[in-house]
Amino acid sequence: MTTFFWEPLQGLEAIRREMDQLLQQYDTPRGRIARSAFLPGVSARTYPLTNISEDKDNVYVEALAPGLNPETIEVTVLRDQLRIAGEKTAINPDIKAEAFHRSERGAGRFTRVIALPTEVDGDKVKAEYKNGLLLLTLPKHAEAKPKQIAVKVS
Amino acid sequence: MMKETTVPANTEKTAPDTREETRTLTPPVDIFETENGLVVVADLPGVEKDQIDVNVEKNVLTLKATAKHLLDKDLARQEYQLLPFFRQFQLSDAVDQSKISAEMKYGVLTIHLPKVAEQQPRKIDVQVAQ
Repeated sequence: MTTFFWEPLQGLEAIRREMDQLLQQYDTPRGRIARSAFLPGVSARTYPLTNISEDKDNVYVEALAPGLNPETIEVTVLRDQLRIAGEKTAINPDIKAEAFHRSERGAGRFTRVIALPTEVDGDKVKAEYKNGLLLLTLPKHAEAKPKQIAVKVS
Repeated sequence: MMKETTVPANTEKTAPDTREETRTLTPPVDIFETENGLVVVADLPGVEKDQIDVNVEKNVLTLKATAKHLLDKDLARQEYQLLPFFRQFQLSDAVDQSKISAEMKYGVLTIHLPKVAEQQPRKIDVQVAQ
């Protein structure tokens, strides 16, 4: 006989995730790009925003992450899980709070885990940080590559 | 104080001949005051240095920039789209046009807007009468 443990918090977590996904559908792209990245809730876990594309050999990920300290960017890959972590640099801390007219950019540490469409070869990942965009080239794992099957005409 | 203009202020003398991309992104900004002026910091990801247009005219600061994706293949999943950036602010203090400077680093633009000399605080020595 299997024993089930009742885990109320796990249930809540699942509900929260579903709500987040629901809310995301109503986000306009414009609102999402301008929204402060480090608010708790949905945005903290979806920073940086990413675009994903793939071809025969590689998976490409582009992340929208301006103002990072390049030394803090950490990219790790495990099978088909990509983890991007880093820190958005805060502007000069000597500036007094009352000198600010606007403060919309936010700063701080972030981590995002992204599920890739296929397994990738973690050893050969290339990362490039340019103009505030992070471009990752992730070669597909040999087993995940499509195989060409020759069709014989009899 | 700084005020954001809701309706684009008309700073161009002639209307452009061609229709420009009308959908734009509003970049998030930090604005703070220093002793000799204002500093505007804007997140402009995907923008090359020469694709930025900053100008101050009739006390309106206009920031325009064109962004380009690094990844331009067919996307399997898209969470954002880069469009031209556009934002305007109404400035209250006169800005010294000749001394405006800007720098771009890692997709973040920093604009220094120095006040004209007469508006900078002057230190006044207080004489103590004996």
